[in-house]
Amino acid sequence: MSFTVPPQLEAELNELVTHYPQKRSASLMFLHALQEHFGYISKEAIEWTAQKLELQPINIYELVTFYPMFRQEPAGKYVLKVCRTLSCALGGSHKLHEHFCQKLGLDSHGHGLQTTKDGKFSVEFVECLASCGTAPVMMCNEDFYEGVSNAKADEILGGCK
Amino acid sequence: MSATPTTETKPAPPAVETIKVKVDGKEIAVPKTMPDPLTGKPVPTTMIQACALATVDVPHYCYHPKLPVVGNCRMCLVEFGTPAMGPDRKPVINPDGTPKIAKSPRPAIACATPISPGMEIYTTTPGVKQMREGVLEFLLINHPLDCPICDQAGECKLQEYSVDYGQATSRFVEEKVHKPKQVDLGPRIVLDDERCILCTRCIRFSKDIAGDDALGIVNRGSYNTLSAYPGKAFDNNYTLNTVDICPVGALTSKDFRFKMRVWFLKETKSVCTSCATGCNIVIGSREEKIYRYEPRENDAVNSCWMCDTGRLNYKWIGSENRLTEVRIGKETTTWTNALKEISGKLANVKAGSVAMVASARQTNEELFLLAKLGKKFNALTDSVPRMQEGDKLLVSADRNPNSNGAKLTGISPAQMGSNLPKIAEGIRNGSIKTLIVFGEDVTKHGIGADLLGKLETLIVSEILPNKTTELAHYILPGCAHAEKRGSFVNGKGRVQRFLKAVEPKGDARPEWEFLHELVYQVTGQNGFASIEGLFNQMAQEVPAFNGVTWAALGDTGVTIQI
Repeated sequence: MSFTVPPQLEAELNELVTHYPQKRSASLMFLHALQEHFGYISKEAIEWTAQKLELQPINIYELVTFYPMFRQEPAGKYVLKVCRTLSCALGGSHKLHEHFCQKLGLDSHGHGLQTTKDGKFSVEFVECLASCGTAPVMMCNEDFYEGVSNAKADEILGGCK
Repeated sequence: MSATPTTETKPAPPAVETIKVKVDGKEIAVPKTMPDPLTGKPVPTTMIQACALATVDVPHYCYHPKLPVVGNCRMCLVEFGTPAMGPDRKPVINPDGTPKIAKSPRPAIACATPISPGMEIYTTTPGVKQMREGVLEFLLINHPLDCPICDQAGECKLQEYSVDYGQATSRFVEEKVHKPKQVDLGPRIVLDDERCILCTRCIRFSKDIAGDDALGIVNRGSYNTLSAYPGKAFDNNYTLNTVDICPVGALTSKDFRFKMRVWFLKETKSVCTSCATGCNIVIGSREEKIYRYEPRENDAVNSCWMCDTGRLNYKWIGSENRLTEVRIGKETTTWTNALKEISGKLANVKAGSVAMVASARQTNEELFLLAKLGKKFNALTDSVPRMQEGDKLLVSADRNPNSNGAKLTGISPAQMGSNLPKIAEGIRNGSIKTLIVFGEDVTKHGIGADLLGKLETLIVSEILPNKTTELAHYILPGCAHAEKRGSFVNGKGRVQRFLKAVEPKGDARPEWEFLHELVYQVTGQNGFASIEGLFNQMAQEVPAFNGVTWAALGDTGVTIQI
């Protein structure tokens, strides 16, 4: 897949740079925008960002490897984000995560995002999703689910076509 | 010593206000500000600088006097106190009249904490010792204890501070984090990420000094890993300096690694000969073999750095090809015979029929003696210019180490190389019958083999064989700078001396030694038979040297007006 930033996105990012006293400060916003558009941050995206912000690629690569939310590989079509911060951890989020992994044939102890071979599902732990009263909570792409039992989890999976 | 030459190693700092602080009970006046290592602008003096001025050693890893301060290793933590203030904002005075010191409840990193008037710094308290022990224990958590196979062993700060603050056994029972080993960082550097303590000296050097922002720390927490951008080699002309400043064995030189234990190396103060900058170096040698060059600090010349090209330009000295025999024609002979025959020949030459090409890689002393010979025969003399592209940091456009020496001693005309065509023409028309060549292959510089064939006498002193030595009637094997003593004048007029690290190969002799004999036999003038005496004589006779003495050159040299 060749790397081309659509003109509209590039224009938005160019405008974004003007918000900051130095170009470098826009690095994270660039990466968020690129990940949102491409689904992950490729080598080309790192180099493009560095060139746009007049930096060296290593400066951007440091950021991408530092923040777990930046992906260097494409994620599945459906990304299941299971909260593991305290309330959810007490409410059974690890069991939920394990349930997903078992169902989808993924390694529940693997580091970071785990994606099925067919590229349909990714499962990962995330930090607080801000609904501690209804633990365990999770997101499936942009949809938010509360009090997710195993049965509800299967329902969510079933809804992913 | 006269007024003109100066022995300063730093440009004289402008007078700044001093403030008094106490380091371990010893009062010392220190400048309120010190120049920033990068910009040179005055910035507040830090505790570690005050301690250095008080000659108190504060252990540190990430701090380097020539790099920006980041304060990430925490090894330089010290305790301190400042004069206590009463509610009336006046200093509280003890019954004995001394100001009461309010000891800070927390320690501070000495590298990044500015001093203030009356501050007291404590570096030997039990608390400080405990902190150093704690920091060191943390640094060692993920460090492989592979000193026996590590190249840094013997010059490793982790080893050194472990002796002072380490524990005999590790309390760490968990699994160490494993990181990349033998990373091929660039053409001259190998990185072992497990040994890295993440001090970022190399990153700062590359970015701020070498101007190549190539290194960074990737991943997070205990997975932090020093890295270049994947697929991009760490390759500028200053990469090997990162090996020098790496306090541990993470960055190693491909050229030097596994070659020699550092404690076996004899260290000799010398000067790099790869360009007119004349970076000060230390030659590491063992049993007459050179293993490495390392930069030696001289703020008037090269700070703490040197370029990779210069650093690796030593292998030719140990070459198998070296000229090791004195020869008359193709016959091997002795120095006595050769010098006798040469002086016999030279005694009968007509003034004006001799020319001389002496390299600007020869020492001042040698060029001075050659100039004496030249004067005797009214010889046309010159050196060979080597102008290439320089850089902004250290590499000079002039790749001769001693162009100024050649000019000052009168061997080279003001426009170096301008006499070479005249010498060629003189040989062609038969007016020049004798050519003396020191350290150059003149066939590459307009005096071809056909011309050399026309000469009655061709006397050549060289280190390695070339086209000119093939045609020489007399071959006098000379020495590399590492095999003799002498001095150069760098591009900015700094006279710097260098010392002998290894013995010359075979029958080769320092040029100044046999030139001294030759000058005596030819001119009848008896000069000094020691390098000190010879240098001092030259400094008397050549006005620009203005009577500087060998002793006054010291380790870092003297600047003269050029």
